[in-house]
Amino acid sequence: MTPPEPEHRTRLPVFVDTDAPPDAPARLLHDFTPALIDVGAHHLCPGCGEPIAMRSMVEQVDELGEVSRAIAVFGIGCYTAYSNNLDIEVLQALHGRAPSLATGVKRCRPDTLVFTVQGDGDMVNEGLQEVLHTAARGENVTCFMLNNGVFGETGGHMTAATVLGQRTKNTLEGRDAARHGHPIRLAELVAALDGAAYVARGAVNNAVNITRTNRMIKDAFRTQREGLGFSFVEILTMCPTGWFVDTVDAPGYLDSALAATHRPGVLKDARKGLEFRTPAPKGSTT
Amino acid sequence: MTATAHAGARIMPGSAAIAEAMIAAGCRFFAGYPMTPFTEVLETMAARLPDVGGVCVNAESELEAVGMAWGAAATGTPAATGSTGQGLSLMQESLAEIVYSRLPLVVLNMARAQGDYFQATRGGGHGDYRHLVLAPCGVPEAAELTQLAFHLAEKWRAPVLVMGDYYLAHTHQSVSVTPLDFGPLPPRDWALDGSTGGTGAAKLVSPLSDAKQRHAAGRADAGYDLAEFYHRHVAAMERMVTDEPPRHEAGFTDDAELVVIAYGTPGGYVRQAVRELRAEGRRIGWLRPITLVPFPSDVVAEAARRAGSVAVYENNQGQMLDDVRLAVLGSADVRFIGGLSLDPSGFGIAPDLDVALLKRRIADLHDAVTGRRRGPEPEPPHREHPRSRP
Repeated sequence: MTPPEPEHRTRLPVFVDTDAPPDAPARLLHDFTPALIDVGAHHLCPGCGEPIAMRSMVEQVDELGEVSRAIAVFGIGCYTAYSNNLDIEVLQALHGRAPSLATGVKRCRPDTLVFTVQGDGDMVNEGLQEVLHTAARGENVTCFMLNNGVFGETGGHMTAATVLGQRTKNTLEGRDAARHGHPIRLAELVAALDGAAYVARGAVNNAVNITRTNRMIKDAFRTQREGLGFSFVEILTMCPTGWFVDTVDAPGYLDSALAATHRPGVLKDARKGLEFRTPAPKGSTT
Repeated sequence: MTATAHAGARIMPGSAAIAEAMIAAGCRFFAGYPMTPFTEVLETMAARLPDVGGVCVNAESELEAVGMAWGAAATGTPAATGSTGQGLSLMQESLAEIVYSRLPLVVLNMARAQGDYFQATRGGGHGDYRHLVLAPCGVPEAAELTQLAFHLAEKWRAPVLVMGDYYLAHTHQSVSVTPLDFGPLPPRDWALDGSTGGTGAAKLVSPLSDAKQRHAAGRADAGYDLAEFYHRHVAAMERMVTDEPPRHEAGFTDDAELVVIAYGTPGGYVRQAVRELRAEGRRIGWLRPITLVPFPSDVVAEAARRAGSVAVYENNQGQMLDDVRLAVLGSADVRFIGGLSLDPSGFGIAPDLDVALLKRRIADLHDAVTGRRRGPEPEPPHREHPRSRP
């Protein structure tokens, strides 16, 4: 007859017994690194949403069978770490300028799948005119904006997408409209342009949102592949370091703060005949 | 191998000849933002490029024009952009990064006067970089050097700047633009077309690195080997400015007592003024740098050593003057006899580009350096900048 398990073991499963040395050295049981990311290790902070968004992008490229036709144009931000780390061809741009480079690439190589990877600091602050002009031109490229409402790479400073009340290193008491102005909702601005064929905003703070975002990325690529015009997906990502919240609380903060201003959803989809309508004002019943 | 006096020569303005030369050199992507006198180049490219299967984008700003050209260049497509000095100022950040990214690109500066010499040769951008600068005089030479610029850009995988000016853009001359062969070029094996994705060796075109981290020996962690790339890139740039031979044109320097140095359109005016002064029996020579980077320092130094006196004429407050002084290194007297145009439009043929005035300045300086005296002459009817007096 086997002795009963000690009480605490019945309550909690033990994955690693730290009371005794391991009987074998550590070994890799399963490598979860996606096929198109060369090295899984990165220097981004724990709880960062950008590796999740990056994984979503490369997986959709792979699933659509576009790996050997894809060219990614990177902006400058934390995510730039991945420009060196993908098994996809990469062109590194300056801060804010990726949509123009993507234009040059696509015009010269119309058969490729061209997408930019930029942050909110890169796209809304430094390069707002670039993305708007590229969208208005109906340039047949896809732009991705990883929006965490903060300059993550500089250590947590206000961007043009920082939501009201959000604390950053240069809005210590929270962003105040009277002093710091209002956030720009870029997806809505882009959607209002005639050249934009697909515009959506997703998030990577939970499994449901990641699945939806994957679908948006795929639809954006399909829009480009069918030559319908400019496609744009804004992806809300967690930045616990720049938000000054615990890692575990970041997905919830994304929901309650960022997503309340930058509301996820598909705003425009030419393939499905979805037209963009300016959102009704708050409190409106119509 | 000159573009002049061939059968099929046409009379056209410099801006159109430059555009035709770009197409003859294989340029298939052009992006620009209108600004006189660059505008006419853009107009011609917009009209002509689609005929040859190329693309011309009317960029919404100079920032975007240079970005588009950067993207096009990364695909291995011969590409060009440009503006005047002010527009080039806006492009400097990208231009610096394109140098670091080791991409061929031709950039036109259809400058108004010659105030952009420092911008062109020192770079307005950030960091350690240099690129070649060609300064044509006259429409046929502009057509030839524009084609050479595409060759040099590919040869060195670096931007090449062609320094034009208002006179060059708007002067009509007879020119025949035919494709010129400057020799073989290295393969464009760095160019992006998407095809290396998924092979385990996908290409990277970046100002930070040209090798992805999996290729870095013994490194499994994230991060570039920035120092290795930087030193390799700097060495390539050094090779470019030391191995590419400087070009120049000169006359009467062997027995000259004074050598007058000027580049671009004013170089042609100086050439004419010196020829006329030679006909009057004055031992004066002229020298025109054609490459501003690399600067023809050796021939300038040799001419200065023989003559003992050097005059620099520029349509600015004296910028190339610094390079002449660096070349001469105190071995000869260097005087500035140029100055900004006083024409109120800032564009037209100004007194500064008046051969009679130019001759007088050169002759006065020649008298001064040879100890000769001349009778008093009436002052010219326009104001001169104090620094423009020898």
